Amino acid sequence: MTSAVAFTSVSRHFGSVRAVDNVDINIAEGEFFAMLGPSGSGKTTCLRLIAGFEQPTAGEISIFGQSAQGVPPYKRQVNTVFQDYALFPHLNVLDNVSYGLMIAGISKKERRIAAEEALELVALPGYGGRKPSELSGGQRQRVALARALVNKPKVLLLDEPLGALDLKLREQMQEELKELQRKLGITFVFVTHDQGEALSMADRVAVFNDGKIVQVGKPEDIYYRPEVPFVADFVGSSNVLPPHVTKEVKGIAVTAAVRPEAVRLGEKGLPATVRSTSFIGTSTRVSLDLGGFQMIALLPKGQIIPSAGERTHVSWADEDIHLMEQADE
Amino acid sequence: MNDRALHTDRSGVLTRISDKLWRNPRLTILLLITLPALWLGIVYLGSLFALLVQSFFSIDEFSGLIIYEFTLKTYGELFTPANFDIIVRTVLMASAVTIAAAIVSFPIAYYAARYARGKWKAIFYLGVMLPLWSSYLVKVYSWKLILAKEGILNWLFETLHLSWLLEAYLSLPIVGGNSLSVSSTGTFLVFLYVWLPFMILPIQAALERVPPSMMEASGDLGATPQQSFRHVLLPLALPGVIAGSIFTFSLTLGDYIIPQIVGSSRRFIGQAVYAYQGTAGNIPLAAAFAVVPIVLMGGYLWVAKRMGAFDAL
Repeated sequence: MTSAVAFTSVSRHFGSVRAVDNVDINIAEGEFFAMLGPSGSGKTTCLRLIAGFEQPTAGEISIFGQSAQGVPPYKRQVNTVFQDYALFPHLNVLDNVSYGLMIAGISKKERRIAAEEALELVALPGYGGRKPSELSGGQRQRVALARALVNKPKVLLLDEPLGALDLKLREQMQEELKELQRKLGITFVFVTHDQGEALSMADRVAVFNDGKIVQVGKPEDIYYRPEVPFVADFVGSSNVLPPHVTKEVKGIAVTAAVRPEAVRLGEKGLPATVRSTSFIGTSTRVSLDLGGFQMIALLPKGQIIPSAGERTHVSWADEDIHLMEQADE
Repeated sequence: MNDRALHTDRSGVLTRISDKLWRNPRLTILLLITLPALWLGIVYLGSLFALLVQSFFSIDEFSGLIIYEFTLKTYGELFTPANFDIIVRTVLMASAVTIAAAIVSFPIAYYAARYARGKWKAIFYLGVMLPLWSSYLVKVYSWKLILAKEGILNWLFETLHLSWLLEAYLSLPIVGGNSLSVSSTGTFLVFLYVWLPFMILPIQAALERVPPSMMEASGDLGATPQQSFRHVLLPLALPGVIAGSIFTFSLTLGDYIIPQIVGSSRRFIGQAVYAYQGTAGNIPLAAAFAVVPIVLMGGYLWVAKRMGAFDAL
């Protein structure tokens, strides 16, 4: 099977900045693929390389087996949902959604029908006559989605599309997007810096750092079996144990990760001092000092919460410590 | 220890004025606009009204005295062949200058808005504004030298062995003449040069407000750069183009110096106004002529609005 999008040693340098540095990706057809990373990690540049807004400095990109070398954006069968939505302010919603069809030369009647269908798909029927400025953020987001989907792209690119929405709307849209992707079977490439979003929606996640992909895998793998400390720390904010501590508890001098919810406080384990505690709703977050490095423990409701300055001990079940091959720095 | 006060005890005249203004936003607005409103209201609108009133008077043809009675006779005089010619000529010139200015300005403005950064942006502003710093008359006279028979342009055509081309062009009716400096083409070139900054800056400001993602989105949806320009960039830049055209169009309509120095002896509205209110002493006709650009601009803006030029504002 050909992959929907394939990067072979792709780099994109801006002067001396290596925005994307020797990246290999294989995105399967029909996959919901997330690119996760902090800002400036190269994930958006990768998306723009697929869309054709950027050209690679080196390497090869192919879309459904065809080389994308020198192919301008308007000739690619991919569509983008922009971070700022980029709706055309001078056109109403219907004209925005049918823009791609208008360019393709489809008759006014047909594109009206298609655009109204697309608006129905994103649960905005009857909004065609409004101007983008009359819509809320969430509605604009849906229009941007409809405008891209109406062209029946082979790959849909989403650049942090939920970033500007409030929490409740974001969670709702996450479910809807996932549902939509399942229904349409289109390959989704989703860029985000929100690990929760990536883990909950994607079939596979690529974690970016400094223009490189540091790990690709299923959400569970990324979450429970990070291969490098960066992933452990960035995805799910695991506690990263330095090699000398791992040697103390496991006998091997490698970096290891322990999830905050697996950390237990009590009589046995490594001695620690409580630095601070904060209530975060479902649990209480305890920041601990272990003489040279920090750990975070998430204590569920019902446990005794220590106070700052208190001395305690830190332990975890043996299956909860995940050893990493080696440090990446 | 003293109690924590709600307010700091800053006092003084300025502080008290600030406090007063903060509590009375209406007073602040009143203070802000009173002087300009008086200026505009009395000096500007008042004189405009006086002008309008004058245009409804007429002149006694024998004595040359103004008859202070309401009449439309003076406006009727605008439609005599000689006077109507002046109006048509001026409007055609203003339209040509405006269209040419928009075409020349757009790429410059686009470059400045989209690509110029830091130093280059400063150079752009300097380049556009610098001509405005030097005297208008100096610029116009320099152009007379450039366009003259002995001027650099003629010399260039001769050097390139293209004199025949220039000759052929100058022998054309309306646009031609004895040399460029006494042709309407010369007048057009000088108008275009002198008013260009007034077109570039509004277009640049309008383009600056178009996010780069607009053009990307259009391309992403399959539009070629030409299509993106037509369907997205131009509609979004249109308020800027219209703003610029208001400047170039009305400035050309009213100018009387450029056609005097560079151009044929055929007159423009500005020259007519100048002549009628001065040597001819026909203030009513001068006033009627002066009303023409106002009416034209009003009509132009109305049409522009009807066509949706300001929808993207």
